Amino acid sequence: MTLAAAAGPSAYWYLTRGTGTVALLLLTATTLLGIAGTQRWSTARLSRSVLAELHRSLTLLAIVFVGVHVLTTVADGFAPIGLRDAIIPFLSPYRPFWLGLGAVAFDLLLAVTITSLLRVRLGLRVWRGVHWLAYATWPIALLHSLGTGSDARSGWLELLALASLAAVALAAGWRVFTAYDARPPYRVAAAVAVVALPLALLGWYRSGPLRSGWASHSGTPSRLLAHRSGR
Amino acid sequence: MSARSLRRPALPHSAPAGLPRLLAGAHADGTPTNLREHLERYGAPPIRAAVRLAQLADAGGLRGRGGAGFPTGTKLAAVARQPKQPIVVANGTEGEPASAKDKTLLRLVPHLVLDGAALAAAAVGADEAIVAVGATARHELKAVHAALAERRHARVDRVALKLVAAPDSFVGGEETALVSWLDNGPPKPTFTPPRPFERGVRGRPTLVQNVETLANLALLARFGPDWFRTVGTRDEPGSVLVTLVGAVRSPGVYELAIGTPLREVVRVAGGVTERISAVLAGGYFGSWIPADDAARIALTDADLRTVGASLGARTMALLPATTCGVLETARIARWLAAESAGQCGPCVHGLAAVSGALERLARRQGDDERLPRWLDLVEGRGGCAHPDGAVRFVRSARQVFAHEFELHAAGRCSGGGRPVLPLPERRRR
Amino acid sequence: MSKRLRLNPIACDGHGLCAELFPERIRLDEWGYPMVDAEPLPRELERHAKRAVAACPVLALTLLEVEERQRVR
Repeated sequence: MTLAAAAGPSAYWYLTRGTGTVALLLLTATTLLGIAGTQRWSTARLSRSVLAELHRSLTLLAIVFVGVHVLTTVADGFAPIGLRDAIIPFLSPYRPFWLGLGAVAFDLLLAVTITSLLRVRLGLRVWRGVHWLAYATWPIALLHSLGTGSDARSGWLELLALASLAAVALAAGWRVFTAYDARPPYRVAAAVAVVALPLALLGWYRSGPLRSGWASHSGTPSRLLAHRSGR
Repeated sequence: MSARSLRRPALPHSAPAGLPRLLAGAHADGTPTNLREHLERYGAPPIRAAVRLAQLADAGGLRGRGGAGFPTGTKLAAVARQPKQPIVVANGTEGEPASAKDKTLLRLVPHLVLDGAALAAAAVGADEAIVAVGATARHELKAVHAALAERRHARVDRVALKLVAAPDSFVGGEETALVSWLDNGPPKPTFTPPRPFERGVRGRPTLVQNVETLANLALLARFGPDWFRTVGTRDEPGSVLVTLVGAVRSPGVYELAIGTPLREVVRVAGGVTERISAVLAGGYFGSWIPADDAARIALTDADLRTVGASLGARTMALLPATTCGVLETARIARWLAAESAGQCGPCVHGLAAVSGALERLARRQGDDERLPRWLDLVEGRGGCAHPDGAVRFVRSARQVFAHEFELHAAGRCSGGGRPVLPLPERRRR
Repeated sequence: MSKRLRLNPIACDGHGLCAELFPERIRLDEWGYPMVDAEPLPRELERHAKRAVAACPVLALTLLEVEERQRVR
């Protein structure tokens, strides 16, 4: 497998990056829609039920793309990643932590989605309790893509990731700001968090993936590092 | 020291003849009857009769005295049938502002109520009975507290009786609201099913009974259904405690036979102080009755239904002819809207709209044609009976005070007069 | 055995998705709260009823078998 990969970037590798990126964008979109639902947002054309259906469909589509993303990663033998690593995190020899985050995000996504599909049967409390995990799913997926992706330094992913981050941060801020305690201290804390957390992430991004040496620092097996220069 | 030794076999414990029966042992000066006096008068609570309590209640035709009028025997049997161990709640919260009957019972004859609670608990297999008294009813809390201490000392009861100071808000006394509060939740109604008799306090089948019903049970268990039926009518046997307010000489709580003509009821309370225009029967969820109709009907649900009313909370408010019905209705409607638990959109918005329209009409700022539509829109769409009761009250007012409503719509008023219907002074929220 | 809708007015928060998805049997009042027709549903409408039940953000709607007696308050 490694010999074949040594010839240059395979089609699988492009597919992995592509499907991963699309999955991230779909997750961004569905997270925004989910938040919009809590805020009872709608327009004349896009009614509440339409937006709710869209939220559902985009999530299912995201799962499909994550599925393909996993399969192409495994099929592309460049890195020693197996099917198991898609669900059980932190066991792969390739960037164990950052890849593992992907598994965590995928697990959470499956939990949130399956409970949503069985919502009527499970009851409101169980569904709601699990659905809160959606707020953890998205940032973990973003960190995974920035930490494992080889495109971390390429402009287009950077732009997409930044735009997604801004959108979700603003939407989440809107959610927290309107939902909780209206007293000034809480509102100020929410506003500060909305600005501070994304800045922290950006700070990490600049000091981590953007710096040279990230590949080895993040745990790429040394025998693969030599091939990196071709990508 | 057991209760047995307190009983003196020489003195027969005679069943009260006629009236009063619940208040037969009450002191004229308003002090509570103590345990010794109570046992002397009535004897020990017949715990052995408890096993047949549901049948006794059925045979006697006892119905709940809390407003709903549900057959007590049926309720007892339903709770006893449940698989888990039940718990009993004696509801003495009396959130109805015009009513004072439950407080009167608790203050004057607390042991009768506690007997009933203990008997009901034994009947359904409960080992605990919670007595809920309104937190602002200080005298009543004291009386029940003292009575419980006496009973504990004399070891009268085999079940644990516990006193709690419960919220006395209007909706707080509703069955499911009280259960919710006892379970450390808000004193607001919950969605049914399941009803408390299936699943209530701590998930257990809960028998919620008004304190007057329990007092009746205490006597029914001692003296039997035949005795119980010597007062009242065939379909509605027994006595009722009625609160009279408004244009009567001696407002207050009276024990009367069901079936007593209303004119007689008023006479017992000293007669009217001035000419009256209407009577509000059944509390603020009740209906207005024009004075002429009121003069010829009797104190039974059957008779009251012929004029669109019911016994309800068992209050009779006599409105002087000099007091404007529109003003009173608007005042009470505003209070009813404020007392909404706030859980259901139609109730919150609907009663606010209705109340707003009545206020404007009361201030002679014009009639709102949307009012009847709002009344239709609110009815039946709440999670409890609150909006329905309010709608009933307003609808009956519009009917009975039709002339005065017309006057107000035209910018005039028939008089004004002093406000008569009582509202609590407490500030909520 | 046909089914009918039942609304829990205490859970209901006036989101309105039910009325969007099942206008044949659910309309919104002027305050945005649903007025649910509780009559038994014909077979062909059950699909829409199920969708409305699933779409409610607070699961205030349920579908009952007609046999179940509506408890009198």
